[in-house]
Amino acid sequence: MTPEVRVTRIVEFSAAHRLHSPRLSPEANRSVFGKCNNPNGHGHTYRLEATVAGPLDPETGLLPAASRLDAALAELVLARLDGANLDVDVPELADTSGTSEELARLLERLLAEAVGPALVRVVLHETPNNVFEASGGG
Amino acid sequence: MPTLRVTKKFEFSAAHRAWREDRSPEENRRLFGRCASPNGDGHNFLLEVTVEGPVDPETGMVIDVGLLKRIVTAEVLDRFDHRHLNLDTEEFRTRVPTTEAIAVVIWERLEGRFPGDCRLVRVRLARDASTYVEYEGRRA
Repeated sequence: MTPEVRVTRIVEFSAAHRLHSPRLSPEANRSVFGKCNNPNGHGHTYRLEATVAGPLDPETGLLPAASRLDAALAELVLARLDGANLDVDVPELADTSGTSEELARLLERLLAEAVGPALVRVVLHETPNNVFEASGGG
Repeated sequence: MPTLRVTKKFEFSAAHRAWREDRSPEENRRLFGRCASPNGDGHNFLLEVTVEGPVDPETGMVIDVGLLKRIVTAEVLDRFDHRHLNLDTEEFRTRVPTTEAIAVVIWERLEGRFPGDCRLVRVRLARDASTYVEYEGRRA
């Protein structure tokens, strides 16, 4: 009987983006996204919380999935997104509006592929006031 | 009867050594990352203790938070604050005091200590701004 714990890692990355749907007219984009549709974009210091869960390794007192999560956060999040323009530098977002819902869903998918089913929650803070939570392959 | 959760936050500062003598230095560094050190390092640990229970109709409280503070102080802070967890505590003489393991030990020290129908439901322990661990008493 080993204890089952949750470990959450928190990283920050800075990126530019613009909210603009390829499926809406320019007028509709301005109406839906307001200031976030500024043609030249804007940016955020995003804060990402990723949680893994599972039984502790009795010898090391560690959750093995946490080290897989660390590697995935370094390679898939910080190396790719920190200092990036999300609309230009992230091909997976090219056909999206660039919302934080879509970014949270992409991060959840990428981290789940790398970490496996131990990943239970991804929370993306676009600003301290706007928070997006993805869990369970949404 | 409807229940409610109450959380109180605490802080303690402690040294710990995440290192196994029976593993190579490379293996220790791979396992314990930034905390791997044969001489140990230290943190200001942030502890959140959450209890759940019915609201007493006379007092309007789940638990007197002063009592919650006294229990956590006696069971956790008096033992861990300004100590070296490997050298100064029984629990970690043979176990590695990772943040995960410390959270489990705190749970074990606190479970069953609260009066009436008030029970411990979560221990959340943050090592620094980039990592926190949650334990709710589950075992596999």
